Amino acid sequence: MAEAIVSVPATARRGEIIELKALVRHPMETGFRYTQRGERVPRNIVTQFVCSYDGAEILRATLHPAITANPLLVFNAVATVSGEIEFRWTGDNGFSVSEIATIVVN
Amino acid sequence: MPAATRLGMVPDLGRWSAALSTILLLGAAPAPETPPHHPAKSGIDYASDDVRRMQADDFANPGMLWVAQGGKRWQEPAGNSGKSCAACHGDAAKAMKGVAARYPGVDAATSELLNLEGRINRCRKDQQAAEPLAYESEDLLALTAYVAHQSRGQPLQVSVDAAARPYFARGREIYYRRQGQMNLACTHCHEQNVGRKLLADTISEGHGNAYPIYRLEWQSAGSLHRRLRACYFGVRAEMPAAGSAELLDLELYLAWRARGLPVETPGVRR
Repeated sequence: MAEAIVSVPATARRGEIIELKALVRHPMETGFRYTQRGERVPRNIVTQFVCSYDGAEILRATLHPAITANPLLVFNAVATVSGEIEFRWTGDNGFSVSEIATIVVN
Repeated sequence: MPAATRLGMVPDLGRWSAALSTILLLGAAPAPETPPHHPAKSGIDYASDDVRRMQADDFANPGMLWVAQGGKRWQEPAGNSGKSCAACHGDAAKAMKGVAARYPGVDAATSELLNLEGRINRCRKDQQAAEPLAYESEDLLALTAYVAHQSRGQPLQVSVDAAARPYFARGREIYYRRQGQMNLACTHCHEQNVGRKLLADTISEGHGNAYPIYRLEWQSAGSLHRRLRACYFGVRAEMPAAGSAELLDLELYLAWRARGLPVETPGVRR
């Protein structure tokens, strides 16, 4: 399934503060729920989100149970150089999704 | 005030006896052709600011995940024909613009009533030689959301011409039919108690112009038929299957009631 949508401005001025948005599709099953038969529903969450700008990590987030399904993360960065911004989510059951967007800084 | 009225579920007896005596005086009272609350107001106008903001921002709207997914499916070959949707239709932004606003509609070849989901599966069968997608499956939701999204902002305008009339009449009948252990019809909430509270929710006019929607309660996208089944469940009636003739007829009638409202797909609702 298509797993993620990211938003990065196509262009920015050097030094400008830009807003980055990252939405990923994930059930975020907490591991605290039980079925009607009394069996625990196993935890299945995104555990880590990393954003890298031109190869350098600019944001790392550790996610926990009780975070919404299909979590949206919105944060800011300073536009420094033209390059790739990579978003990567990893989680339970080998979940791994990444999206790359490019930005032109002038 | 009786408890039932406080809950906003049942109109008070005074109004009922008045309505009853009118019916007795006139015989079988013909229902008005134009329903109350016309022009229609979209469900989003009854939603909270949070939900409105979420729907308005394409990056905060989780329904866009399904739209993006549908865009991929549109390009992928399917079935024995090896053809993708795009192989015949080309650019969806052009070819599918306004299409969702005309559905459900009667298929000229078979005289069957098809909604968007039905049309996609018909295309899979006839054009792609592919297996139909299960109703409410991720792939069918994604394709439906993608196709409907191309009509965002277009006013709904389904045809209720002679070919569609029998379906329309049945849909209307269902709308005003009391059912379930609660003995309620669609009209009791969505015409007679619009704007009032049902527990924590504001009752809307019950329009389907934003489907498939992302519903926060589901934490997922879902079809109009899933939502209608939830209403049947709410009045403790037997739930027809998603894609069944009953729900299709009702969908046509609802689309006619919502005429003029813009397609919002993918909508966000609580």
